[in-house]
Amino acid sequence: MQKKSDPFILGGKAFHSRFILGSGKFSLQLIRDVMEYGGSEIATIALRRAGKNSPENILDFLPENLTLLPNTSGARNAEEAVRIARLSRALGCGDFVKIEVIPDSKYLLPDNTETIRTTEILANEGFYVLPYMYPDLIAARHLVDAGAAAIMPLGAPIGSNKGLRTKDFIQILIDEINLPIIVDAGIGAPSQACEAMEMGAAAVMANTAVATAQNAAQMAKAFRLAIEAGRCAYLAKLGRILEHGAEASSPLTGFLHD
Amino acid sequence: MKVNGKYLQLLYPMTLQEFLETQGFYPNRVVTERNGEIVTQDAIANVTLKEDDVLEIITFMGGGSGLPYASVKIQRKKDK
Repeated sequence: MQKKSDPFILGGKAFHSRFILGSGKFSLQLIRDVMEYGGSEIATIALRRAGKNSPENILDFLPENLTLLPNTSGARNAEEAVRIARLSRALGCGDFVKIEVIPDSKYLLPDNTETIRTTEILANEGFYVLPYMYPDLIAARHLVDAGAAAIMPLGAPIGSNKGLRTKDFIQILIDEINLPIIVDAGIGAPSQACEAMEMGAAAVMANTAVATAQNAAQMAKAFRLAIEAGRCAYLAKLGRILEHGAEASSPLTGFLHD
Repeated sequence: MKVNGKYLQLLYPMTLQEFLETQGFYPNRVVTERNGEIVTQDAIANVTLKEDDVLEIITFMGGGSGLPYASVKIQRKKDK
C-alpha cells in the first residue's frame, strides 16, 4: 500500500491515491460505492444546462472530502474551454480544471495547439490546469511553459478500453517532462493501469473501464490495487531483462547429484 | 428572455435570485451566465433581469472525458 511517505502532489495538495476516477456513465446511486472502492480522492465532473425541479445533483452523491476536477468536455476551441472552466470555478468547486479541447467527434482526439492556448489563459487566472493531450513531447513542453500543473496524455481513444497504445510516447513524456504525467483515456484494464504506473506515470485516470464493467465497484477496487502495485514496482525499480539465455535464481552449488 | 435556449416571458421585473427560485432551480447548485457574463453567487440578489436577457443556467453532472457538446448542452456563443 502506498502510504503518506509517497504523496502525489498536485496543485499544492498532497494526495494518497493515484487513481483519478471519472464520474460519467454511473447512476447517482452507484457513484459513491465506486469512489469508495476505488479509493479515489479526485474525480472529474462535467457541466451541463441545469434542469428545473431536479433536486438530485451529483455533488450530493460524491464523498465530501473528494477533490473535484471539472473538465471542459464539449469544448472545441480555446474560447469554449476557457468559458466552461470559468463557469466551473464560479460553481465554487475549487481551482482545478481538466482541459479538454476536442474538435473531432469521431475519434475524440484533442487539439494540442488549442489546449496549449487554453492552458496559458487559465494558468494566468490562477487555475491548476491539467491538460488532456495527444502524447507529443514538443506540445508537452509548450504546456509546461504555459503553466500546466500536470500533463494528461491519452493511452488510446476515449472510451475505447484499448489500453496503452501510445506507450512509447508516454514514456518519452515521463522521461523528459518535469511535471506529473497522468495517463488518461483508453485504459481498459487494471493490468494496463499497473503498466502505466510501472513506467513512472504519476497517476492514472479511468472512467469507462470501470463504468462498463459488470461490477463497477469491484472493478474500481481492482484498479486501485493495480495502481498501487504499479507505483510500488516503479519505486522498487524493475529488475533487468536478459537479452539472451537465462540466469538461475537458485544457487548453482550443492546439487543432489554428482 | 432566452433561458437555456428557450424563450420565456419575464412577467414582472425580478432579480436573478427570485427568478431561479420561482422557476425551480436551486441557486446554490447552479451558476448563471447572463448575456455572456458570469453572475457570481453573491451578486444574484442584486441583478435585475430584463426582457432581452439571455441566460445560461449551468450545473455539474457526472463526466469523465470527451462528452460530445450535444449532451453537455451548453449553448455555443454563436448560437445566441
